[in-house]
Amino acid sequence: MKIGYYPGCSLSSTGREYNESLQVIAPLLGVTLQEIEDWNCCGASSAHATNRQLSLALAARNLALAETQAIPEVLAPCAACYNRLASARHALAKDTRAFEKTREVLERPEFSNSVRVKTSVEWLRDLAPVIQKKAEETASRSATSPSVKGLKVACYYGCLLVRPPEVTQWPTQWDDPEDPSSMETVVRATGAEPVRWNRRLDCCGAGFSLSRLDSVARLGREILQEAKKAGAQALVVACPLCHVNLDFRQQAIARKAGGEFDLPVFYITELVGLALGASQAQLGLNRHYVRTDSVLERSP
Amino acid sequence: MTSTGFEPKIAAFVCNWCTYTGADLAGTSRIQMATNVRIIRLPCTGRIDPLFIIKAFERGADGVIVSGCHPADCHYTAGNYHARRRFTLFNDFIEFLGIDSRRITFSWVSASEGQKWADIVNDTTARVRELGPFSGYRDLVRSGLTGGQDAGT
Amino acid sequence: MSRIGVFVCHCGENIARTVDCAAVAKRLAELPGVAHSVDYKYMCSDPGQALIKQAIAEKGLTGVVVAACSPHMHEKTFRRAVSGAGMNPHFCEMANIREHCSWIHEDRVKATDKATQLASFIVEKVKRNRPLQPIHIPIERRALVIGGGIAGIQASLDIADGNREVVLVEKEPSIGGHMSQLSETFPTLDCSQCILTPRMVETYQHERIRLHTYSEVESVEGYIGNFTVRIRKKSRSIDEEKCNGCGACIQACPNRKSPNEFDTGLGKRTSVYVPFPQAVPNIPVIDRASCLFFRGRAKGAKKDVCKKCEAACGKGAIAFDREDRIIEEKVGAIIIATGYQLYSIGKEQANPAFKGYGEYGYGTIPDVIDGLQFERLASASGPTAGKILRPSDGKEPKRIVFLQCIGSRDPAKGIQFCSKICCMYVAKHTMLYKHKVHGGQATVFFMDVRAAGKGYDEFSRRAIEEDGARYIRGRVSKLERDGEVIKVYGYDTLNGAPVVMDADMVVLATAMVPQTGISTLAQKLSVSYDRYGFINEAHPKLRPVETNTAGIFVAGACQAPRDIPDSVSMASAAAAKVLGLFSNEKLEREPSVAVVNRELCTGCFHCQRVCPYGAIDRFEVKDRKGALLKTVAEVNKGICQGCGTCQAACPSKSVELEGFTDEQVFAEINALEWTGQGVSDEGGRR
Repeated sequence: MKIGYYPGCSLSSTGREYNESLQVIAPLLGVTLQEIEDWNCCGASSAHATNRQLSLALAARNLALAETQAIPEVLAPCAACYNRLASARHALAKDTRAFEKTREVLERPEFSNSVRVKTSVEWLRDLAPVIQKKAEETASRSATSPSVKGLKVACYYGCLLVRPPEVTQWPTQWDDPEDPSSMETVVRATGAEPVRWNRRLDCCGAGFSLSRLDSVARLGREILQEAKKAGAQALVVACPLCHVNLDFRQQAIARKAGGEFDLPVFYITELVGLALGASQAQLGLNRHYVRTDSVLERSP
Repeated sequence: MTSTGFEPKIAAFVCNWCTYTGADLAGTSRIQMATNVRIIRLPCTGRIDPLFIIKAFERGADGVIVSGCHPADCHYTAGNYHARRRFTLFNDFIEFLGIDSRRITFSWVSASEGQKWADIVNDTTARVRELGPFSGYRDLVRSGLTGGQDAGT
Repeated sequence: MSRIGVFVCHCGENIARTVDCAAVAKRLAELPGVAHSVDYKYMCSDPGQALIKQAIAEKGLTGVVVAACSPHMHEKTFRRAVSGAGMNPHFCEMANIREHCSWIHEDRVKATDKATQLASFIVEKVKRNRPLQPIHIPIERRALVIGGGIAGIQASLDIADGNREVVLVEKEPSIGGHMSQLSETFPTLDCSQCILTPRMVETYQHERIRLHTYSEVESVEGYIGNFTVRIRKKSRSIDEEKCNGCGACIQACPNRKSPNEFDTGLGKRTSVYVPFPQAVPNIPVIDRASCLFFRGRAKGAKKDVCKKCEAACGKGAIAFDREDRIIEEKVGAIIIATGYQLYSIGKEQANPAFKGYGEYGYGTIPDVIDGLQFERLASASGPTAGKILRPSDGKEPKRIVFLQCIGSRDPAKGIQFCSKICCMYVAKHTMLYKHKVHGGQATVFFMDVRAAGKGYDEFSRRAIEEDGARYIRGRVSKLERDGEVIKVYGYDTLNGAPVVMDADMVVLATAMVPQTGISTLAQKLSVSYDRYGFINEAHPKLRPVETNTAGIFVAGACQAPRDIPDSVSMASAAAAKVLGLFSNEKLEREPSVAVVNRELCTGCFHCQRVCPYGAIDRFEVKDRKGALLKTVAEVNKGICQGCGTCQAACPSKSVELEGFTDEQVFAEINALEWTGQGVSDEGGRR
């Protein structure tokens, strides 16, 4: 199986582990990642906060490249990159004038906006039966740690994975924006146990990590506290910025807003990797700020 | 007004409940419009036989308007749907019959759309005026190619 | 030989200002077949009409054309006039030279030409008119009312008091509908059951009302004045004749755990049960799904598992072997009064176009309830004897938050409309709560407060000013279970700040939607309904209680959300329509219906396929020995509404619409050519 791959800027920098773990699990799941050649930054927040045409063109260029490279479907693991690409796809499909203008700006008159964009969560959810089978095989082969079996995790979706519904749940609805369950399906397939908790769709503070750390601290504390109250031993995320705000900033949250958490934050791809027998080092877990070994050795 | 002073004659087949009443409303509101349209009242556009249109052209009409209730509003619930389907097929046939399809207007005018009716009358009149007189059938009939004198029916 | 009389009206200055009426009359006089052509100032006036009558007598006219205003204005007037002179009214038609000519043009020459031509069309048509006689159909002067809620009850009583018999069908074991579930009604805070039960009893005892409870409409055939209705009387497993309502069976039943539907699932009931103590009729029903006897039988048990009710019954009224029965009733009019149900916030929706509220937990948070559930809590005869208690732990809630517009006015959930009653009943709920829990605090999140009825605004102000309800303008984005409390995340748009509060109970004012299965019932009746399932009225302003199907009327919340006074008014209005219909010995209908020529008809039944009313029947043409020659179409004059779609669809031109035959229409079209030279006389062959 093949799928197009758009790593985006953060997966080569602050979100390195996300990329590393993804590269490890893809072949284990029988999937070849075909990275879009010459991809550019999706524009992130700066573009859409500055100029609409720029934000459409930057994102659309990647879709146009995918088209010329015969890639029908693109995996965009970073939730923000996913949001930019999917928003561009949606906007160009609904606004013919914007579509014409974007084709003009990109100098690609043959671009037909036919490429589908997927989050890593949807991609993994569709592979859940494969993950489950391979996880069981791995577990039966060696009963040694690190193991995620029975590990209680709180699935944290954040803002951009299933929202806004008009953009992400189009053209097909792949999850419920008010009550999503895709991440829980993946977690169960790995053998870990998702907990019921309240803060799944709340914002982590996103870019305010740099400009308004007090907000991130307040928001982060709610999330971590609620996860702990629900009995979670770890969090699982699918967005590099969420990861930064909950992992890198966990100490700052505790200091500024109070509380003691000691909750490691896994990328969903890391959790899957662990279930499939990859080592912590292979998955980049040593680069996390909140250490992961204790919880992995703790779980049965 | 063309230089020849040609004024088209336009027959309009309208449904009693919506368009006819809409045209009444245009009248009550004193909305002025072109004088070229002659309305023929029918209970429903579903009653309209495509032959009516052809006959109208044969008998001197240069243009035809067919107008009824908006979809879902037909007084007889479904007559206008049948009319619409009939005319979708008929449209393909018209050019074959030698009638420029721009001479025929198909519209939905509700009982409250007096202005819309006036617009349709004026637009159709202007369009048909541009296209000039339609004399295809009459010429055929008069030339005797139809095999006999026009018996008047 | 046609002798048409043409009368061109000046209508004062309305026509005469733009159209030269004298000239029009003069030109039309030249038309072959016109025996009389004059103009006059006011044709609709008495002298004007006298002119017509005189001309008919003196000139032996065979038809009359009045060129004047729109036929929608005065066709009836002139038809009555010619009728008075002994001419069949269908020989009189109007040419519209006012709304369609003099009022919309200014060029006198062109307008006069056009008026002449328009009148000539009608002259040609009238030459081919036929003397149509009104169609009389017999009427069965009994009514069927579907639905025994307050609207159905009111309509039934009104018709029965008007001396006509009513068949009232109700699908639940008791009549009363949702009004019987309410504790108190706005704006008077009357005890709902107290004002309703006398009506229920009156309905039950009325000699002209035949009540079929625990029954549903199975099928409806026929047409106005002549409906045949088959009703399924579902089996109660009780012999209704023998039962005296003593309740011994209910006391004896060992199962006390079935959820009580009347108490909206908040209470429990036995398998043999009466839905509520004041049920009418007071005859129990055995719920076969939970009854041990029936479950045993279904599993194939050799011995009867339980027959305690039968043993306890002193009258031998338990009838395990009784099955559903189908009965037939003949009625002349039907009133649909099936009422409403509340929209559910759950994941599973009765209507696929609706979405539930994931942000409120999809109905899984136990102390988040809807309006009817709150009514049952507040009700003295409810599961908590009128105490407001949390379903989860039975504790008294100190803080209740009410959310308005749940489902309603929310396109994201598939419902655009406003449910009309919620603002009022939420205000009522806050007052009932305060009266029962003195230290309690009610908070209401609203978008608007719609209190448009008599005494309504005053009532809703009372909730705030006298009973301390706190109203916050804004919506709630999320409800979360947090231990024992419910966390409410809302927004105060007037203060411009988010509001987060803890609640012990949350009451959702959910949308009023039509009952499940309404579309199936509507299809059985051939009435139309909108995308939500609400029954369509014939005209939203001027015909609110009729449907587009002759003889079928509508009342109450099944047509649109409404409160009790409006439902009662509508029910009385529908009853008045029915009584008006029944005040005739026979029904008279406009004769502009379709007629099939049996000789030409080949029996292809295209007409049947396109007829919107199902007015085409099959007729067997037999020879004298009774052998079948062919089956042809036949138009039912009672049902046919005269649209003419059949005629346009008929490949052999065997069906004709009286009043708009091909002959008539082609005659009008042919007149397009006339500019003063002769057009052929009648005898219109094609």
